[in-house]
Amino acid sequence: MPAVSMTVNGKTVTGDVEARTLLVQFLRENLRLTGTHVGCDTSQCGACVVHVDGIAAKSCTLLALQCEGAKITTIEGLAEPSGPLHPMQEAFRENHGLQCGYCTPGMIMAALDIVRRRGNDLDEHTIREQLDGNICRCTGYHNIVKAIAAGAKAMAKGGAPRQAAE
Amino acid sequence: MSATGIGAAVRRKEDIRFVTGKGQYTDDVVRPGETRAVFVRSPHAHAKIKSIDAAAAKEMPGVVDVLTGADLANDKIGNLICGWMIHSKDGSPMKMAPHPALASGKVNCVGDAVAVVIAETMAQGRDAAEKVKVDYEVLPAVTDPAKAKSGPQIHDVAPKNTIYEWHLGDPKATAAAFAAATHVTKLDIINNRLVPNAMEPRAALAEYDAGTDNLTLWNTSQNPHVARLVIAAFVGMAPEHKLRVISPDVGGGFGSKIFIYPEEVVCLWAARKTRRPVKWTADRAESFLTDAHGRDHVTHAELALDANGKILALRAKTIANLGAYMSTFSSSVPTYLYGTLLSGQYDIPSIYCEVDAVYTNTAPVDAYRGAGRPEATFVVERLVEVAARQLGIEPADLRKRNFIKSFPHQTPVIMAYDAGDYHASLKKALEIADVKGFGKRKRDAARHGKLRGLGFSTYIEACGIAPSQAVGSLGCGVGLWESAEVRVNPTGSVEVLTGTHAHGQGHETTFAQLVSERLGIPFENVSIVHGDTDKVQFGMGTYGSRSGAVGMSAIVKALDKIEAKAKKVAAYMLEAAEGDIEFKDGKFTVAGTDKSAAFGDVALNAYIAHKFAGADLEPGLKETSFYDPTNFTFPAGCHICEVEVDTDTGKTEIMNWTAVDDFGTVINPMIVEGQVHGGIAQGVGQALLEGAVYNKEGQLVTGSMMDYTMPRAHDLPSFRVGLTETKSPSNPLGIKGCGEAGAIAAPAAVINAITDAIGTENLAMPATANAVWTALQGANPRQAA
Repeated sequence: MPAVSMTVNGKTVTGDVEARTLLVQFLRENLRLTGTHVGCDTSQCGACVVHVDGIAAKSCTLLALQCEGAKITTIEGLAEPSGPLHPMQEAFRENHGLQCGYCTPGMIMAALDIVRRRGNDLDEHTIREQLDGNICRCTGYHNIVKAIAAGAKAMAKGGAPRQAAE
Repeated sequence: MSATGIGAAVRRKEDIRFVTGKGQYTDDVVRPGETRAVFVRSPHAHAKIKSIDAAAAKEMPGVVDVLTGADLANDKIGNLICGWMIHSKDGSPMKMAPHPALASGKVNCVGDAVAVVIAETMAQGRDAAEKVKVDYEVLPAVTDPAKAKSGPQIHDVAPKNTIYEWHLGDPKATAAAFAAATHVTKLDIINNRLVPNAMEPRAALAEYDAGTDNLTLWNTSQNPHVARLVIAAFVGMAPEHKLRVISPDVGGGFGSKIFIYPEEVVCLWAARKTRRPVKWTADRAESFLTDAHGRDHVTHAELALDANGKILALRAKTIANLGAYMSTFSSSVPTYLYGTLLSGQYDIPSIYCEVDAVYTNTAPVDAYRGAGRPEATFVVERLVEVAARQLGIEPADLRKRNFIKSFPHQTPVIMAYDAGDYHASLKKALEIADVKGFGKRKRDAARHGKLRGLGFSTYIEACGIAPSQAVGSLGCGVGLWESAEVRVNPTGSVEVLTGTHAHGQGHETTFAQLVSERLGIPFENVSIVHGDTDKVQFGMGTYGSRSGAVGMSAIVKALDKIEAKAKKVAAYMLEAAEGDIEFKDGKFTVAGTDKSAAFGDVALNAYIAHKFAGADLEPGLKETSFYDPTNFTFPAGCHICEVEVDTDTGKTEIMNWTAVDDFGTVINPMIVEGQVHGGIAQGVGQALLEGAVYNKEGQLVTGSMMDYTMPRAHDLPSFRVGLTETKSPSNPLGIKGCGEAGAIAAPAAVINAITDAIGTENLAMPATANAVWTALQGANPRQAA
């Protein structure tokens, strides 16, 4: 089996994987980072969104081998282990932007990418359009939209949009 | 109200683990030496299995075993069952066909599992599954419920594919009322078939301990104890005390995870057979094919009115598709959860409802958010809206003329509504929605080439499911009480074990709010334990918006006992008569004195037992309660949807949504609003976007999220949510339940709004752009160019 090496949440990791192993499988099964979820087989739902070299990507749609040498950030890498939540995580909690929690890691990672691309002052229309790649079945999106707007603002105030592990 | 007590918008305890990726869902659990199960599924909707050849598959790398339906039968593993007996009009029992966990002899829907590969890895299992050769003789299939009776017979026990022909109400009185009516509104309605699509796919992990002969199942269940009961008592997998079911974090259910599914049975069986833990996690394609679907009714409904718009009677004839097998509670959905709600919020003297339930070569159909009540609400609210338009009466006014005004109110279809104020919710909704300003908004829209419409849905539901005697008399095989155990630790912290299960509802927070307020202890000192049959003795789980009304009531009852016991302990400590002890704000006080003991001190004394002898009072502070409600609860409200339709494309945009609901007592308004939002989204999904489509060969055409349209953020508006409150007299907290309201109310509101906009009633769900555009052409054909 080919070996793969990448940086995940600031740590260098290596593993032997079958060529067909998806990035999400490598994260979940090899590294036991189970915060990244799988909700569909067709790149529709976004539960598996992580950051690859700082850009959001659906980890069900990348082979682990494609990420050789890449810097990956998962939901587990957003906040320091015993530190405060990342402002976007805090905003989801504060605004009740989650219910069952299954889509949440992907939502938060996608939300950070919206901030990266569209800045910290996000209107409702922009957020709704930009969330096209993520499906939530619980919340009706109302509070997710509020959470992302609030989280984006909080990131600007904190001046720390950088993630802990990047 | 304290900052964390009843009525406070407390931020959720469970969120810390969810926003940091530390939730523990079934697929996240790993057992040493675990294998993966990969199912071989039928590609045909209806076929005889002539042979299965697994020899090549067994030789594939990493394969532990390949098991078939014949092996299952050899091991005498029993069938899955439907636990609610429905009798036909003629008194005959429903025709429940055998439902083995692996098909044997015949497959009855695409996705029916015929074999399972147990392999070291998922990839190896998939490779091997492709090598299992199944020789099928394909049979003709039937998928349309309206054609089921004349289609090829699916099960020997069910001639004409008919499961039951049920009815409710008084046919003669109803016919007489129709004969006397001055106006009759008639509608043909298809309640579209839906795929629940909880974001976490179903999963099961089974482990066998040969030393103790115990089996453990981790599964994605809304009701682990019921799963254990069915798998033990009916499937016969293991005695109940030798089977532990753990349902950890569960990523949404919406009904689809109530049921006991073949994969759970197979994983348990295979784990014992192979002596290895066996895990199965559905991929989304399997979810589409095998999760129980929802709705799928074909209905003709009529409403009789007098000249003043007073409703005289309602009748409905429904064909309900239950799919290829009877799922766990499927029989109850189109009967006692549907026909009993056909009175809506209205005083209707006579109702008659007939329901024929049929088998088809499709996935089983069972409860999906609302379960029967969305179908009933759609029938009633479409009839009322259309009647108002036909009679030239304002829709809100026609509703007011017919609202039930005094309580309790006995409907002609079993239910006795205990409390409500339907005028209040309508009035508040009219204000929030600025219905007075609608005319101007409609004119403005017209100037931009858009048709604007307004639709109401004044819905009712029966929740808090349910009084055991009542459901027992209607055929339910179980009682629907709930249990709670309150364990006070010596240091005064508290664990509450509940038989309900949370899969997004936030029970760890709301239940702790109740306990914190009642015992006067910090919210942080309360833990809620659920989802493990080894920890919680028994419980009926979470569905039917029952966790607050029934589950929290059980906690109240247990807390009553805790207080009573703690008062005895405090009496010894304070050297006072038990009757003189008062408990308030976490403190036990001798009445009229300043002698007091804090809750924590009393807890400690209960355990060290230095102040009393065991003969007088047992040490410890732990109490259990089983609470059985006295009635259903009846949440109700008014949703108003305002849409704009683009006449060129048929695309509908929801411009405003107003929801005013009466849920009785609200424990946490933030969570309640979230439940309303999510319910509306699913209802809007049904109305505008979602529809499971089988072709006539029985292939699921909408078998992925690329073909089945899930509501996304840009499909929905923000919602304006308000509350009114009449307390339920049927439980100690006055709670009615909020989990399903949105999904029940929304479809009728959307379709009423669109049909108001386009001026024709001939519009089926989902009202896609294509459907609306087509309806527009019918209503107002364009001149040929």
